[in-house]
Amino acid sequence: MGWFFNRKKSSQVAKDRLKLVLIYDRAGTSNNDDMINMMKRDILQVISKYVEIDEQEFEMDFRSVQSDEDGVSSQLVANIPIRKIKQQMLKNTGR
Amino acid sequence: MEKVIVITSGKGGVGKTTSTANLGTGLAMAGKKVVLIDTDIGLRNLDVVLGLENRIVYDLVDVVEGTCKLKQALIRDKRYDGLYLLPAAQTRNKMAVSPEQMKELVEELEKEFDFVLIDCPAGIERGFKNAVAGAKAAIVVTVPEVSSVRDADRIIGLLSSSGIEDVRLLINRIRPDLVRKGDMLAIDDTLEILGIELIGVVPEDETIFRSSNLGEPAVVDDASLAGKAYRNVTARIMGEDIPIMDLEQSVGFFGKLKRLFSR
Repeated sequence: MGWFFNRKKSSQVAKDRLKLVLIYDRAGTSNNDDMINMMKRDILQVISKYVEIDEQEFEMDFRSVQSDEDGVSSQLVANIPIRKIKQQMLKNTGR
Repeated sequence: MEKVIVITSGKGGVGKTTSTANLGTGLAMAGKKVVLIDTDIGLRNLDVVLGLENRIVYDLVDVVEGTCKLKQALIRDKRYDGLYLLPAAQTRNKMAVSPEQMKELVEELEKEFDFVLIDCPAGIERGFKNAVAGAKAAIVVTVPEVSSVRDADRIIGLLSSSGIEDVRLLINRIRPDLVRKGDMLAIDDTLEILGIELIGVVPEDETIFRSSNLGEPAVVDDASLAGKAYRNVTARIMGEDIPIMDLEQSVGFFGKLKRLFSR
């Protein structure tokens, strides 16, 4: 009987699926290139305080990820290659 | 709303052409001078939905290429005073017209008419770009179904990057019985997902089949529920503040009785 009470309405499933797929759709369109670039700039600023990074190779994008528990979900994925850790940072960590 | 309105959806088969025919006829019945432009070059249909297919001599491409004057290509609907159709070409493709040419054409028509409704083809390619080129506002038609809502969202994004700010949603073919059972996206769900203003909700209605068979838009049929919904949308386009029709009430006494026992 459990399945009967726990069963989600199909309209709710549709709504949840749409919300997720639209995150990805909206992020993938040219309109949102601006948004990604703005995020990149902000993240770059914060990280640059601590480590020197290769700006040219800094990549960031939305991606869908498959996992066993949650099915497909959207993730923001960044690849930030580090050139070197700043001296001050090394001192502060006591090395 | 603005006087030049594109009716669009992204996905095909959700009721763009039916909606354009009904809203145009509704506006004409309300005393407005209206022209409907079919921009679906190669797959024209607005003419048959309106029952004007036997009267086409010239079309949109003829006008753009200068084969005829704009006035010669406009078909006057004899049944409804003030209603005109500019049909699409059937034997050409969408590249025969450019967005710039469409913009010029619409500017010309704007001077003569109270409303210019542009029926957009499915898709986001050239046909879409042509259709939105001269538009100042948009009605996005969607059915309460994932593929249609997803495409509507994409279209809403494209409309905003085309500089069209007044974008309203028309939810078509909704079935209150399925919404109640939880098997169809409700009005609020769809609005929450798409985040634009609602201009109307048209219920799934058998009279629409009859009306397209006959080439007579349902909006003229007093007994048609969809027709009533389209009359309401027409009034909202003209700036009237009319509440969204309560689809539950339209079920009637026996429908309610039946529902009571089926619970």
